[in-house]
Amino acid sequence: MSCFQTIQDYALRSIGIGERLLPKGEMTLCEHFTLIGSGLIWNLYYGAVALFIGFFLANTLAVAKASGNVWARKPAEWFIFVFRGSPLFIQFFLAYEAFVLIPRMGWDIPLGFMTVTVETSWLSKAWLGALIVLCLNTAAYSGEIFYGALRSIPRGDIEAADAYGMSGWSRFRRIMWPTMLRLAWPAYTNEAIFLFHATTLVYFSGFPAFQQKGDALYYATYFASRTFNPFVAYPVIAVYFILLTLSVIAVFGLVNRRLNRHLPQSARVKFRLRPQIIR
Amino acid sequence: MFAFCADPKSIEGLQWLLCYLTSGKHMLFYASFGTVLLLLAITAPVALAFGFGGAVAARSSFLPLSLLGKAYTAMVRGVPDIIFFLFVPIALDQGFEYLRHKVKCPDWTQSIWQGNDFIVCPEAKLPLSTSPQSVHEIYGFALAVLAFAIVFGAFAANVLYGAMRAVPRAQMETAEAYGMSQRQAFWRVLVPQMWVYALPGLSNLWMILIKATPLLFLLGVEDIVYWARELGGSKTQAFEYPHPDWRVWYFIVLLVFYLGMTRVSEGVLGRLTSRLSRGQATLGGEMQRKAAR
Amino acid sequence: MKTFILSVAALALSAGLAAAQTVRLGTEGAYPPYNFINDKGEVDGFEREMGDELCKRAELTCEWVTNEWDSIIPNLVSGNYDVIIAGMSITDERDKVIDFTQEYIPPAASLYVGLSADANIKGVVAAQTATIQAAYVAESGATLLEYPTPDETIAAVRNGEADVVLADKDYLLPAVNESNGELVVVDQVQIGGGVGMGLRESDTELKAKLDAAITSMKDDGTLNTMIKKWFGEEALVF
Repeated sequence: MSCFQTIQDYALRSIGIGERLLPKGEMTLCEHFTLIGSGLIWNLYYGAVALFIGFFLANTLAVAKASGNVWARKPAEWFIFVFRGSPLFIQFFLAYEAFVLIPRMGWDIPLGFMTVTVETSWLSKAWLGALIVLCLNTAAYSGEIFYGALRSIPRGDIEAADAYGMSGWSRFRRIMWPTMLRLAWPAYTNEAIFLFHATTLVYFSGFPAFQQKGDALYYATYFASRTFNPFVAYPVIAVYFILLTLSVIAVFGLVNRRLNRHLPQSARVKFRLRPQIIR
Repeated sequence: MFAFCADPKSIEGLQWLLCYLTSGKHMLFYASFGTVLLLLAITAPVALAFGFGGAVAARSSFLPLSLLGKAYTAMVRGVPDIIFFLFVPIALDQGFEYLRHKVKCPDWTQSIWQGNDFIVCPEAKLPLSTSPQSVHEIYGFALAVLAFAIVFGAFAANVLYGAMRAVPRAQMETAEAYGMSQRQAFWRVLVPQMWVYALPGLSNLWMILIKATPLLFLLGVEDIVYWARELGGSKTQAFEYPHPDWRVWYFIVLLVFYLGMTRVSEGVLGRLTSRLSRGQATLGGEMQRKAAR
Repeated sequence: MKTFILSVAALALSAGLAAAQTVRLGTEGAYPPYNFINDKGEVDGFEREMGDELCKRAELTCEWVTNEWDSIIPNLVSGNYDVIIAGMSITDERDKVIDFTQEYIPPAASLYVGLSADANIKGVVAAQTATIQAAYVAESGATLLEYPTPDETIAAVRNGEADVVLADKDYLLPAVNESNGELVVVDQVQIGGGVGMGLRESDTELKAKLDAAITSMKDDGTLNTMIKKWFGEEALVF
């Protein structure tokens, strides 16, 4: 079978398009690259969606934690403590066990042109259940980063805002929030990288693979367990993740440039890759 | 454990629970918490040593060595740690056996790779197949420690490399002015001072290390996750203590354990930070000086 | 010719060592009544009893170790233990990688078990990763839901995650019988061959010894007695 044929059969296998049965017998390097690359779709999906939703949650958490109101601060502190203080591995497991206990129901939501049925059983599927865990998890980590940045906003900036007569929401939106984001961005880039790395844990605890649709590591272990040779599958997935890491750094670097564009070269916050937040 | 536990199927209620929680298997579960703590206690200094080596190598003026050090620190950052944990122990195991094979059986003519089998001569096997089970377990544990140390050593190298560069230039220049050699200045000035800069990064690393320990069971070590799954799974009448699926409860225990570990570590590290800041030329040290006055 | 001499030399070498050698038996320890960890924390079950008897007859010193199911073959190949004795069915795919002794349990049926007798066996089927049942479901066109341990496959049916679970009859029946009618047998299928012990392909001498011991247990009827003791009176025997 030619490599082109393999790509046609397996490039979208992880989302259920193409050949249904996974390769058997002799496995070529091409099959390794195609199928593991196909699994990477899920890593991208989990990472990107969790980052997007987690970003908004994290902002809320950071503001709540910095707030003077006990009723806002305490819950935020506890949320961050529980999600940062325990292994993601165990969070996945407990979430799965909790989600399968929820009674199975369905609601029809009319969208005008069509009707979507929302079912609670989706929660126990990895695509939703694991995504929720990842969202909450990244929200806690980024919330802590944003909180730290919020506290290190220079006094002068806030005094200047006061002097201009800004207060409340407009002061937050126009002065504090952009500065917080700028200060937090290098650390937040780290968080993004390690969030993508953490997506490999999805199928390793709790959430089962459905119809053999899994992420990159699921297929890598599939190959390793069939060929009994770890020296091909794991380096292949490592190559993919190095590329993914470099792309994340590139994209976040662009945003960082934009956030710092008003500053002189020497005062810009530089990104340094640091192992701040693996789970 | 207790006399009334002799026939577990005839007792009920609290007594049953007491017997259940003190069964031999539960004792192994409790002991496995020790395994995790032992892993942490051994891995932390070993990883720190690896990290120190990596940082010194990365600073070296000898180009190949510095490239090696930098490659080591970069390696772990691009690839998820779980992949290393799946890969490194097998690779190390086969690597060690290959080396021993070369040394111990020089006149072995067969190929080491026969199809899927990895065959070295019996004297080169690690551990020897004649050795008792405990040796096998210790060897497996040692491989796990090494895998953890390699991964976390790379992170530590990164932190220490940054810390060494953060020590003010003036300190080193003063040392040179006092006539210290490069080596003396490194050991007497740079190393003692770098810790305060490294501490935030290293505390972070410690927290990460704690949270990475559930991955131990992937390495074949019978750790707390292994026993929680084993004990929690539903048990038929073939067992002395039949029960339905109780895994949730066991995992909640693990959750509490990890949260507790985090809380305790936060307290200890906070104290350590203030202890190390004493007399240092940093903001923290300055504040302590002012407060003491 | 050259390879012949080499293999003879290798045989002679391993024969010389075998006398003092401990044989390490690898099992999963999570598949009652085949093998499980009892409440004292020791390996127990049909295979424990049979394995100890085999070792006695073959005059081997044996030791039990446990290993996760999905890496049980790679760890045999890399030499962490010498024999797999974990209710492993003999299949062509596995036979390419490792060797099997003769079967010590006759080909047993697999069951589909669900919450009601009319559960859809073409729907979502739970099976343990890397088992013959998982391969069978993947081929059959039903939706395969994979779990790393057998226990989780039953849990998946209980909580409605899967319509049915497909596993060995001897593993599922006790669970069905003790569920007070919650779980019911939906269908029965015949998959794969009997259950044998797995060995590295290079371990021909050990294989011969174990084969001889199994034959002797079959001949004097002790194996059948043991099968009946652990799997019930209706179990298939030799």
